[in-house]
Amino acid sequence: MKARVTVTLKTGVLDPQGKAIEGALKSLGIEGVGSVRQGKVFDIELSGSDKAAAEAALKTACEKLLANTVIENYRVEIGA
Amino acid sequence: MKAAVITFPGSNRDGDVAKALKQAGASVAHVWHADTELPAGTDLVVLPGGFSYGDYLRTGAIAGRANVMDATRAHAARGGYVLGICNGFQIACEAGLLPGILMRNADLKFVCRRQHLTVERADTPYTSAYARGQVIDVCIAHGEGNYVADPETLARLEGEGLVAFRYADAQGKVTAQANPNGSLNNIAGIYSPGFNVLGLMPHPENLIDSLTGGTDGRGMFESLMGGRKAA
Repeated sequence: MKARVTVTLKTGVLDPQGKAIEGALKSLGIEGVGSVRQGKVFDIELSGSDKAAAEAALKTACEKLLANTVIENYRVEIGA
Repeated sequence: MKAAVITFPGSNRDGDVAKALKQAGASVAHVWHADTELPAGTDLVVLPGGFSYGDYLRTGAIAGRANVMDATRAHAARGGYVLGICNGFQIACEAGLLPGILMRNADLKFVCRRQHLTVERADTPYTSAYARGQVIDVCIAHGEGNYVADPETLARLEGEGLVAFRYADAQGKVTAQANPNGSLNNIAGIYSPGFNVLGLMPHPENLIDSLTGGTDGRGMFESLMGGRKAA
């Protein structure tokens, strides 16, 4: 089973890296870029086939390590 | 004073802080991050500077979950001293010993230079050798020193007098210009509510010998040897 965890900064948290990327995109002349916020994606291979158990385990993983919930939100998606 | 200096994979200031502690009169044990216990009789745990785990994921995130951190949290919960310097401050925040987080410097640049700080209070175990409001000249060297906390946490830190040091100019003026990394309220270091845990981005252990630039950092280690109980 495959899963994808996406970690993003909470709204309102200053993102200097996102700002720099935004500036770089604009200087490349890419049109229509309003703003950029950067984050992280984790692709995780899971053993077992119980989706609910996998989701619970990944939530624990996010709370304990993958995200710092002071500043970050996370989303867990379980694939096939 | 028995100090335990923790070495994580990627720590690189463990030797310097051990030297500063010994100079002040402490006995120093070096402890590996995978250990589950601190040496018997440890008074002070030091989380040193460096780049633990290559700063992967978030600075201090992986080290903050190391085996030895369970023992360190228990030590802090008993009122034991924990000092986190630079990467050690980041680790302390990630381990839940201190609130908030150190984010990428506002201008995205790694900053490595001398920096003045104000000593916000001199009645704590870490600062009794200084005077309140004293301006000290130490070093900073970090890419993620931008202290951020939610408004409630920040108000609590300020309200309870838990800000240890602020970035300032040579006259002790706390200005935006003197802020090297964008930290809220120019915060360079904070205490736990019991004043037994201190995290700070600057490196007092760099400034312990006039041969290498100054001695303003000595006061912190001498304060700790004073044996005063947490304020």
